[in-house]
Amino acid sequence: MARLIRTEKEVEGNFEEIWLVVEEDPLEQWPAGPLDVVGRPAVRKDALERVRGEARYTADIRLPGMLHAAVLRSPYAHARVKTIDLAPALELPGVRAAIGPGDAPGLEAEAGYAGAAVAAVAAETFGQARAALEAIRVDWEELEVVVDPEQAVERGLVHGEPERYERGDFDRAVAEADVVVEGTYRTQVVLHNSMETHQSVCEWVGDRLDVYTSTQYVWGVRSEVAGELGMPADKVRVVCEYMGGGFGSKNSAGEYTFAAAALSRATGRPVRCALTRREENVAAGNRNATIQRLTAAARSDGTIVALGGEFVNALGWGGWSASTEGPLKMLYACDNVRTTRHTAKINTPPMKAFRAPGFVEGTFGLECIIDELAAKLDVDPLELRRKNYASSNDGTPFSSKNLTQCYELAQKHWDRRHDVRARSDATWKRGVGMASQIWYGGGGPPSYAWTRVGSDGRITVVTAMQDIGTGTRTAMAQIAAEELGVPLDRVEVTLGDTARGPYATLSAGSSTTPSIGPAVRAAAADARRQIIEIAAQRYDLEERVLEIRDARIVSADGNLSVALEEFLEILGSAQILGKGARGPNPTGMSVLTFGVHVVEAAVDVETGEVRVERVAAIHDVGRIVNPLGAESQVEGGIIQGIGHTLSEQRLLDEETGRVLTTSLDAYRMPTIADVPEIVCEFVDEPDAHLTNLGSKGLGEPPIVPIAAAIANAIRDATGADVHELPVTREEMLRALREAAKKERRGSPAAV
Amino acid sequence: MKLVVNGQEHVVDAPVGTSLASVLRERIGLTGTKIACNEGHCGACTVMIDGVPVLSCITLAHTVEGDVTTIEGLRDHPLVNAFVQADAVQCGFCTPGQVVSAAALVAANPEPSEEDIRHAMAGNICRCGTYPKIEEAILHWRD
Repeated sequence: MARLIRTEKEVEGNFEEIWLVVEEDPLEQWPAGPLDVVGRPAVRKDALERVRGEARYTADIRLPGMLHAAVLRSPYAHARVKTIDLAPALELPGVRAAIGPGDAPGLEAEAGYAGAAVAAVAAETFGQARAALEAIRVDWEELEVVVDPEQAVERGLVHGEPERYERGDFDRAVAEADVVVEGTYRTQVVLHNSMETHQSVCEWVGDRLDVYTSTQYVWGVRSEVAGELGMPADKVRVVCEYMGGGFGSKNSAGEYTFAAAALSRATGRPVRCALTRREENVAAGNRNATIQRLTAAARSDGTIVALGGEFVNALGWGGWSASTEGPLKMLYACDNVRTTRHTAKINTPPMKAFRAPGFVEGTFGLECIIDELAAKLDVDPLELRRKNYASSNDGTPFSSKNLTQCYELAQKHWDRRHDVRARSDATWKRGVGMASQIWYGGGGPPSYAWTRVGSDGRITVVTAMQDIGTGTRTAMAQIAAEELGVPLDRVEVTLGDTARGPYATLSAGSSTTPSIGPAVRAAAADARRQIIEIAAQRYDLEERVLEIRDARIVSADGNLSVALEEFLEILGSAQILGKGARGPNPTGMSVLTFGVHVVEAAVDVETGEVRVERVAAIHDVGRIVNPLGAESQVEGGIIQGIGHTLSEQRLLDEETGRVLTTSLDAYRMPTIADVPEIVCEFVDEPDAHLTNLGSKGLGEPPIVPIAAAIANAIRDATGADVHELPVTREEMLRALREAAKKERRGSPAAV
Repeated sequence: MKLVVNGQEHVVDAPVGTSLASVLRERIGLTGTKIACNEGHCGACTVMIDGVPVLSCITLAHTVEGDVTTIEGLRDHPLVNAFVQADAVQCGFCTPGQVVSAAALVAANPEPSEEDIRHAMAGNICRCGTYPKIEEAILHWRD
């Protein structure tokens, strides 16, 4: 039954209080551990078509008569279009339409960063469209460029007021502490660089707009497009069946969608607008840089008494300010906490959510300073973490938290550190570091699913969600198979089309499985109930003695055992339709994910080269639906995290504000040759308070602690404190020199 | 121009300067070959010419003389099943290129070591980070 509640909704660590219509979730959770299908490794339902190149991505959509669009972007980091003349472009071969500032959302006369979209052209070929951009005459008025975030904050160039938080008495706690550590940590701008660039194909069909787009949120694009174009939402159909990666950067429609829609309307033909890789490196969003001035204070017994942070989120021209202070507020039991977060508005490309935004950056600073505190206290870093374990979220109970079990599982990896250090030689120093992880990932309502059972005993799950490559299609199939008592190969999943299925939430914030999984289970349970009802009538038995097991309808006394497809023949062309909805999250509880990484790293003290040799990752994300897919998620998060820890860095010309690293040659992402040994373990304990499934999300957790764990391994190996990402050779050598200076100052010989 | 792709001859009309990747995708309709960077940095567009892996996005179609093999020509290769079973695919956009590179590797070296794999496959970027599973798939490609 539907019910109206007032609740907090969390997306990517952002909270808002909303009214929400939810449905009851009366199903009992399954027992913990591997079941028949759920909890057992499953190869992806869609692996074959992806591997064989048959899966049709947005990049592969070819509509009859389709035109190609190219986007004119500002060469200046801050400038205003005084006049623009599109006419010369329209005279060039193949050009069918051109639009300028104000003609489509996202095409604007004021450019706040080099790369901001100004105009767009549609032509028969992409080459013709590109060539036509050159002919557009723009008279620019250059404006002042500010790219230094601290200067921006000083001058009041900010996105909103500073975000302040305080509990307890921070100043007093610091004054009374036995040990105080302070440090400044910096994280860089990181680019998503999904392999499929941001793109859409738009086609008007009568008064309806079809949008094929590479997105993490078909429903979000639908409402955004309908809103901007002033259309009823059901006149917009958004399709994304296969998607070439997003990592948070594809949660909204984007100027390419609006440009394609406007050019399609102008020409009466379908229009593709796809970013090039170079545009992707400039105008597709990024993880913003941060500056973190942190304080950690403790008593000599290792009790952390105060944590403080002054943060600057260097946001660029747009985006939203993520909670960089989140881990500092939540990870440890600490009575006295004070944080301030400034959000600089500078003339650089806009931020977009990137895999645990804020927490990746904040965990680097926090978990580094915790280790520096441990060193100063002369306490084992794992012991310090255990001693300051948070048993509630500042008074609010956790729906479940098994970080202690994570630490227990981590112990054997942590115990390797003596052997690892012993493998050091004159050049290569080796060490072990750890860092803990906290993040959201509980998902929430609303999300819906339908199930369709045919007379052949096969099941289709229908829900308009996306599988952005995380394997959620497979997880949904497993959940339905488990509930209906059939093997996995009996279930198909239809997704990625707002015209063909009920609403499902976005594939971001580690929310797909915890949000949509329970709805799929409810829809499967609804179908199962109906099958049992019919079977009870057919065989003149009570419903309570019947169940579906191994794709057979069986009675408790064993007298009835009939194959599902044999029984369902009576349906003929009739179908059994189930529906299910995601129930509410537990009230008055914090739903969070936890974990710990133990990293073994080697540092060449002569060249500053850092190698990650082994990563043990232990995560607590509730029930694991697909251990194989889960392991892939963890490996992928770790590898992406190694990228932003050691090599990835968007570089800017500080004078002009232009991005210098626009190719995959300049922007260095990990290759197969950079991958360490990875050991992946899960607590795999269902969250008893969370939905009929007890599962949390896993997309983001594994990328959260990796940078700090590597930095802490570097400190263990060399005694050097790295404070800046990425740890390039320059940063590593700087930290080594700093450490050598400190050692000289500290040693009697130097006095 | 004449091109032999996966054993079939195609007569293609394309301007001089068109890349092989573009011809395959736009003229012949073989969209299994992906274009992710279009400047030879990522390996998503990898195809084989006479068994040698090449980056089709920076290969001029008119210069191609040998037989081209794309992912569509490797659909029954044992590596496909190896990738599926090992979960060596997440978003899948780079995967056809990975399979082509791997096919060239195992043709030249049927029992590659981990080191061989890391060397041969380092030009194929996977942003999702399926690398450990790719290594596993190639190590066990004949199982």
